Amino acid sequence: MDDRRLEGFIGNLLRVGVMLAAAIVSVGGVMYLVQHHSDTTSYRTFSIEGADVRTLPGIVRSAAHFQSEGLIQFGLLLLIATPVARVALAAAGFYLERDHLYVAVSLIVLAILVFSLMHAT
Amino acid sequence: MTALDFTLVVWAMATVAGFLGALTGLGGGVVVVPVLTLALGVDIKYAIGASLVSVIATSSGAAAAYVKEGYSNIRIGMLLEIATTLGAVLGAYLAAYTSTHIIAIIFGVVLLQSAYQSFVNGTPENGPPLQSDSLAKRLRLSSDYPLDGSRQEYGVQHVPTGFGLMFGAGALSGLLGIGSGAVKVIAMDRAMKIPFKVSTTTSNFMIGVTAAASAGVYLSRGYIDPRVAMPVMLGVLGGAVLGTKILVRARVRTLRLVFGCVILALAIEMILNGIRGKV
Repeated sequence: MDDRRLEGFIGNLLRVGVMLAAAIVSVGGVMYLVQHHSDTTSYRTFSIEGADVRTLPGIVRSAAHFQSEGLIQFGLLLLIATPVARVALAAAGFYLERDHLYVAVSLIVLAILVFSLMHAT
Repeated sequence: MTALDFTLVVWAMATVAGFLGALTGLGGGVVVVPVLTLALGVDIKYAIGASLVSVIATSSGAAAAYVKEGYSNIRIGMLLEIATTLGAVLGAYLAAYTSTHIIAIIFGVVLLQSAYQSFVNGTPENGPPLQSDSLAKRLRLSSDYPLDGSRQEYGVQHVPTGFGLMFGAGALSGLLGIGSGAVKVIAMDRAMKIPFKVSTTTSNFMIGVTAAASAGVYLSRGYIDPRVAMPVMLGVLGGAVLGTKILVRARVRTLRLVFGCVILALAIEMILNGIRGKV
């Protein structure tokens, strides 16, 4: 598989990921508005919310219970995963091309991304 | 403000921002943050969290289209992503320890640069493509791009300088929740002498990966609030899709000027509010 075809495949996969993420966020958003439309909101001062919207296990649990905010976060999590998947797939593609230098480069980038996401576990 | 009003207002503004951002090539995220903080009084931490998410959406959503054009260079992108992701993690850490006033002022300065960019016209000319220097050769960064029906080969130079600038671009992205595509293009086009079209499309590819590197830190810190991020992400993404479909080429120049004026006004507001301690 050459670079161009590999990139094309990855590009299409990313688009599907983004559409799926947007769909889940939309469902969560509609549920949120149905339940909370007349709540008074203010985001003037920053306050740290609960673990169910800040950590990966919390988000998955709350989405599995069909809680609106958990669903939105789950969709956003899927969105955040799309570039991570892109890097992982690029590493696999370079491996198939026997381009070991760029396998290593991709894995370094992947490690940095995973390091960042570990904060939210 | 009720939750319904807030969601609808933010969604509408994000749609316009995404639309204009795609049409002018300046990106939508950069105006979302000042609009949220200045017009709706949203804390800048929620604003940059929501903006970061929308940046990932537009970058990943457009990836397929850019690949089809055949300009982006996956090796250059991946190599430089080491620098941008490291910078982004650092920037995301710094965001927690930097006062919101300072963040607002830095944001204002970045907006000034964006405004400047929309006033000066189009594509800087690099001259004919150069040969790769020895480091770029060893890293196999040379490639080719479509030009007048055939493929034009190009080389890459000054990889360490580009790498350093990319680290800075990543740090800005992590600190401010933006794509910082402009700095990425400068690093590739000016420093590394990569053809402009290759620079812009590769930059677009890199933006999502860079933003994802701050996302974990942002999420754990609570910057990504679902109630704010939801309308911003859906709006910017929808607006951007619309913007790339409707290519009103003839009026892009005027649009860039108008959008540039808006950005300039936001930049000044942002800096003044940062200095006065209002943001």
